Amino acid sequence: MKLADQIEIAADRQVVWNAILDAEVLKACIPGCEELTGSVEDGFEAVVVQKVGPVKAKFKGDVEISDIVKGESLKLSGSGKGGPAGFASGSADVRLSDTDTGTLLEYDVDAKVGGKLAQLGSRIIDGFAKKLAGQFFERFQEGLEPEMDETEATEETETKKGWIKRVFST
Amino acid sequence: MPDGGIGAPTKRREDTRFLTGRGKYTDDITPQNTSYCAFARSQVANGKINSIDTSQATKMPGVLAAFTGEDFVEVGSNPAGWLINSRDGEPMKEPKRPVLAHGKVRHVGDAYAAVVAETLEQAMDAVEAIEADIDELDAVVDMASAVADPGTLVHDEIETNICFDWGWIEDNRAATDEAIKNAPHVTTLELVNNRLVPNALEPRASIGEYDPGTGDYKLTTTSQNPHLSRLLVSAFVLGIPENKLTVLAPDVGGGFGSKIYHYGEEALVLAAAKKLGRPVKWTATRTESFLSDAHGRDHVTKIELACEKDGSFIAFRTETLANVGAYLSNFSTATPTFLHGTLMAGNYTVPNVYVNVKAVFTNTAPVDAYRGAGRPEATFSLERVIDKCARELGIDPVEIRRKNFIKKDQYPFATAAGLEYDSGDYDALMDGLEKVADFAGFEARRAASAKEGKLRGLGINSYVEACGIAPSNLVGILGARVGLYDAATVRVNPTGNISVMVGAHSHGQGHETAFPQIVADMLGVDAQTVDIVHGDTSKIPFGMGTYGSRSLAVCGSAVFRATEKVIRKATLIAAHMLEDSPENIEFSDGVFAIKGTNKTVGFGDVALKAYIPHDYPIDAIEPGLEETAFYDPANFTYPSGAYASEVEVDPETGKVTVCSMVALDDFGVVVNPMIVTGQVEGGLAQGIGQALLENGVYDENGQLLSGSFMDYAMPRADDLPSFVVDHSNETRCTHNPIGSKGCGEAGAIGSPPTIVNAVVDALARGGHDVDHIDMPVSPSRVWAAMNP
Repeated sequence: MKLADQIEIAADRQVVWNAILDAEVLKACIPGCEELTGSVEDGFEAVVVQKVGPVKAKFKGDVEISDIVKGESLKLSGSGKGGPAGFASGSADVRLSDTDTGTLLEYDVDAKVGGKLAQLGSRIIDGFAKKLAGQFFERFQEGLEPEMDETEATEETETKKGWIKRVFST
Repeated sequence: MPDGGIGAPTKRREDTRFLTGRGKYTDDITPQNTSYCAFARSQVANGKINSIDTSQATKMPGVLAAFTGEDFVEVGSNPAGWLINSRDGEPMKEPKRPVLAHGKVRHVGDAYAAVVAETLEQAMDAVEAIEADIDELDAVVDMASAVADPGTLVHDEIETNICFDWGWIEDNRAATDEAIKNAPHVTTLELVNNRLVPNALEPRASIGEYDPGTGDYKLTTTSQNPHLSRLLVSAFVLGIPENKLTVLAPDVGGGFGSKIYHYGEEALVLAAAKKLGRPVKWTATRTESFLSDAHGRDHVTKIELACEKDGSFIAFRTETLANVGAYLSNFSTATPTFLHGTLMAGNYTVPNVYVNVKAVFTNTAPVDAYRGAGRPEATFSLERVIDKCARELGIDPVEIRRKNFIKKDQYPFATAAGLEYDSGDYDALMDGLEKVADFAGFEARRAASAKEGKLRGLGINSYVEACGIAPSNLVGILGARVGLYDAATVRVNPTGNISVMVGAHSHGQGHETAFPQIVADMLGVDAQTVDIVHGDTSKIPFGMGTYGSRSLAVCGSAVFRATEKVIRKATLIAAHMLEDSPENIEFSDGVFAIKGTNKTVGFGDVALKAYIPHDYPIDAIEPGLEETAFYDPANFTYPSGAYASEVEVDPETGKVTVCSMVALDDFGVVVNPMIVTGQVEGGLAQGIGQALLENGVYDENGQLLSGSFMDYAMPRADDLPSFVVDHSNETRCTHNPIGSKGCGEAGAIGSPPTIVNAVVDALARGGHDVDHIDMPVSPSRVWAAMNP
């Protein structure tokens, strides 16, 4: 299945770019990610727990970052095997561009599933993949943007750091 | 005639045990010390096996052994039962079908390893510990691209995805082409006969046993034909001598074709039992059934009908792509050819017929015979294009069929598709249908539906099928690798009750009730004193089993012939007892009498004499009263029918409701009308399931998307109308002794085109210009057709 979407992030392009190449960020943003080790150069190994309809499984697999055009675009690909539950794999082509308020992140996702996941979950898999991709990029966005605390944010103009920025600064 | 003879609507005696939970199925049988088997199955549709490491699995608790394809490289291949030659004379491509995948996996569900353990749970856990290094390759799924762009091959060694390119009848091709070119009117239709998953209530199951003391093997398995299974295991796959292998098919909970075939799991449990010296049992999960049972149908067809302006048929021509899946299942090559192309003349006197079928390998589960097997595909194509033609020419669909019917005084009739129909009366069936289905009242019912906002349509169909499979000499010429006779032994016991051992297997057909009716009718005894023994190769004569609506026509005829032999011998004994010559003895209603006298002796006394042969001419007559007959039919049988259905279409949602389904069939002589009605009703439910609900769907990667009952819609009671079934229009089969033609598949053949014709009719009456909707005619498809 294929899907495409875009998201506006109120952070400048370099910050977004650095974040997307960071293992801790990936781990925090991949829904259900329990472990993630490795590096951009060598690839990552990940353990992800997900429940698709009636099938719950722990997927062990690889995440690779390729086709890197620095500061502009890259491809995130992952594949995981969930034992008797089947397998899932997918890739996202990510492109960044500047906007007046920050960065526009556009993505094209191509995902597929096999085994029991396909047999039992096919009716819901499209919606599920869309939800997962959405969650990933929303978390990413939330992590980069300032947290808006509505009760006190108006007076003090100092913006709080998003959690990804906190990760970077510690 | 005694109670319970031919024609009696006797209740099925086997239902008492089935309905009270006393049926004994393969999984109910657990020999002492049984171990359990589970299979590792491919999750990808096409993959290269780099390595399969079972070392962790074999260390798991309770594990006794693990097997991979490596363990079976020395054994034989599971063969196709029918050799088809392509139009150019080349034999079909026949790739190997191993017990476990070796080198490559070729469909999702292809078994590549197995584990045997003390318990089923341990075996299943251990399967998960198998490390399989399999590289996923591009899959061949869509037939058109499998043929057009053979960039990816299902079997590298045969260098094509086309199994054969078959023409029927090739000599008629030029004349048919010419006739179509010059015809005043040609109707063309492209259609899909949707893939079906058989979904027998009981999943496949097998138990292998080996006795080291005697060297005997036993396979208890869900089979429609235990002797055929034994032949395949013995002569082709494992090489176990037939006299050292018993195959037992106990109660079997539905087959519909899917349990005709030998599957690798059967060979595996036997080999494992030998290795371990313990019984090994495997029962499929429902998921395994979806993935690995042979599926049905899956044809893509273009059909052309050429005719005069008055609707007189001139020629039928078809081009079909038939999916055979990843491997050739045992009947897979016969189904789209000789069970399909030979029926393409239908009920009609059309002078030119040409059928082209390309069988295509794909990375999907094997496809083989499924209730109807080739004949539903032929009937669907033909009866849909005839309806379209009638609409184009403005001729009533009943009239266009009647105009072209073979008339009852034309039998025997040699069709343009190569068969000789022996008997039938299609006009009488259509006459009956018009009355029973009340065509005259349709307009009023349509108006009533219209008031409710519904579009009502009337669909009809006439079909003919070839059953009673099959004359061995004929099918031998056509490429069959087996004979298709059947066999029966009638054993009259000393006290006069009777055991009949038959080669056919009953898994829903009611043989235990119907076969005794033949014997009872002939011997003048109570049917309750006759019992049927079936399913055990150590007890029954060598018969070919149950499929193709053959049991009564072929095996029933063997029962008839064996009973005739019993009467002949009993007549000799009776003559001795009555002190007269055999020519003077007549037998009726269970009594032997000297003609023209009141000197008689009853059948029971003759039976007793046969076993207590004191005062017996031992030099002239052997003791005992037991006879065997093998029966090989002289021709196929040709059941036919006329069906009508009314449907309502909801224009808001596209949902189709089947309001009525009327089935008039000619099955020849009916032995048990109650069983026949049940068989037709079951077939109708399956046919309506295909027409409205069922669809086996693979995605472009070869993943089975309709892999569970959540996504594969089976027909349920509330999808079906109350059926009207009538089989009183009997024309006798002229060449078998009972006169029966077979009824098991008719409902599944006649109903799908009836339903689709009715839906298209409903839309046409509602002002929608729709030529065709592919099955299943789901709400979304109907709605889309109405809102182009």
